[in-house]
Amino acid sequence: MDLIYLDNNATTKVAPEVLEVMLPYFKEEYANPSSIYEFAKKANHTVRDSRGVIKDFLNAANEKEILFTSCGSESANTAIRGVLNMNKNKRHIITTKVEHPCVLNLYQTLEKEGYKVDYIGVNSNGELDLAQLEEAINYDTALVSIMYANNETGVIYPIEKISEIIKSKNKETKFFVDAVQAAGKIPIDVQALGVDLLGISGHKFHAPKGVGVLYVNSKTLITPLIIGGHQERGKRAGTENVPYIAGIAKAAELAMDSMNYELTEVKRLRDKLESGIIKNIFNSRINTSISNRVPNTTNIGFEYIEGELILLHLSDLGICASSGSACTSGSLEPSHVLRAMNVPFTAIHGSIRWSLSRYTKESEIDYVLKVLPGIIDKITALSPYQDELANLKRLRG
Amino acid sequence: MWDYSEKVMDHYRNPRNVGKIDNADAIGEAGSLTCGDSLKIYLKIKDGIVTDAKFQTFGCGSAVASSSILTEMIIGKSVEEVKKITNKDIADQLGGLPPEKMHCSVMGYEALEDALKNFDDLTDLDDLRNEKKEEKIVCTCFNVTENLIWDAIKQNGLKTVEEVTNYTKAGGACGKCKGLIQDIIDTYYKKEESQKEENTLSPAQKILKINKIIESQISPELQKDGGDITLVDIDGNKVLVKLRGKCSGCKNSHLTLKAFVESTLRETVDKNIDVIEVA
Repeated sequence: MDLIYLDNNATTKVAPEVLEVMLPYFKEEYANPSSIYEFAKKANHTVRDSRGVIKDFLNAANEKEILFTSCGSESANTAIRGVLNMNKNKRHIITTKVEHPCVLNLYQTLEKEGYKVDYIGVNSNGELDLAQLEEAINYDTALVSIMYANNETGVIYPIEKISEIIKSKNKETKFFVDAVQAAGKIPIDVQALGVDLLGISGHKFHAPKGVGVLYVNSKTLITPLIIGGHQERGKRAGTENVPYIAGIAKAAELAMDSMNYELTEVKRLRDKLESGIIKNIFNSRINTSISNRVPNTTNIGFEYIEGELILLHLSDLGICASSGSACTSGSLEPSHVLRAMNVPFTAIHGSIRWSLSRYTKESEIDYVLKVLPGIIDKITALSPYQDELANLKRLRG
Repeated sequence: MWDYSEKVMDHYRNPRNVGKIDNADAIGEAGSLTCGDSLKIYLKIKDGIVTDAKFQTFGCGSAVASSSILTEMIIGKSVEEVKKITNKDIADQLGGLPPEKMHCSVMGYEALEDALKNFDDLTDLDDLRNEKKEEKIVCTCFNVTENLIWDAIKQNGLKTVEEVTNYTKAGGACGKCKGLIQDIIDTYYKKEESQKEENTLSPAQKILKINKIIESQISPELQKDGGDITLVDIDGNKVLVKLRGKCSGCKNSHLTLKAFVESTLRETVDKNIDVIEVA
């Protein structure tokens, strides 16, 4: 049974080219890049060059604006805590209801520490309420924190426009963007976006787990989260993780090379999967707006059935996807993102997120389209809501 | 990723007894679409035996497996036997469930209980209920009643709010009812503790307690009717008493003795007490 991996928003496979560039640093090139002898030169230059690649990847103005971290969560925590610590007189934060838990849970902690946090809502397409955002910004707002693309729906938020709104209301307010789900899927240009801080994570674009990046523009001061040595210009202590830094830089290079493929071919396969499902399965619906999304993601709700069971049956055929259902995660509530969008409760528990990558083959999409109707039929037959399903079938013919 | 047992996987892959029974003798429901899982169970009952059972489930793998195995467990059993099935039996039959998934077995138990309650020929299940509180919603997010929480605590020996959430979902969303759940746990164990205490009374303590109950609770009631009672002796669980006043010679004295004196002492001191009248 071949594996069909359609859960690339959870993590991605390490590109073989990435692994290749990492290996020497596990073997002969084990030097600490801070050491002064000749043997350390290669490690030192690798970190330096990698920083340059990431600078280009994000179109930062200067390499000094790039910090290497251990993951997306560390990037977010460093950015948020770092900015707030530097602006202690300001106690107000604005974020969204649909952020990733790594950010949301931090804001809930900050609320307990006395910060006031406003959570901006979204409409049923998953689009942010910009008027609400504009209204919320005041003299006390230290930070606005909004993701670039949503991990569950793929919806892209208008970061450039939001930057303008923020600067027009309060020039001192800093803007952090969690771009973990955008990196590798759409081009990122921090200068054009006008953001102050932006975080990404390597394992979402074919680098390994355990490495991330935080962009901090030169006008933004932060305190370090990890205090210790002078690494990363004092903003993130800890000996540089040379193999992983080399890895994320290689992954960024590959992502830049394949950006066009991502925006055309990956998108075509995603659209094929999506329209094939909607066409052939009467109790399915697209949970998001279909414009303004990253090219690899779709979120489809299957009505009157439950997502975990769909995933278990898919898994029996080697197909990997994920669900916004409560049962999958062990939490008892369905996805906070889909709830914020008011996805009807008939569909929310049966929501499946499909996320492709540039390694996804058309034959794999064809196979999913071939087997999925049978799986959904089988599960639908178990449902106690047969009358409702019959109505739906009549309606959608 | 859940560590489901082979049995769970077998049952969600090949669920048994799926569907609906037309003209079912009993139908039970639990859960709801909003809450993310729901179950409908249909029973055919003849001469006190469950002759057929079918189910329809909206839910995850373990919910389907719990429903499916439940139908297998009850077909061919007498209603009396079926009444004794607990959520733990369902989970055990499946070779166990992950802790966070225990609520699926509880949903099976709940639907079964609902079906039996709706079964006309069954006089009532009040005797199963009488030690519990009135039907009261504790968790409004998932519509979980106090009775269900009480059952889950009792059947599974749950000790913490987190365990109650795993078994019943109560407290799993907004969390506002966590305090209430803690109260129910405390009440349950306080009650169990006091029952345990009574069972381990020393003979002297027991005599004192019986005497006190007779004086404070039983005697005053009898006096209202112009009678009275005296404690003569205690021999193990045998309580020898003498009825006086109007009670002595009353033709209902035997009823008074058994239905009131004995049951009061059994309830408050020891369920094995026998009350014997001496002349």
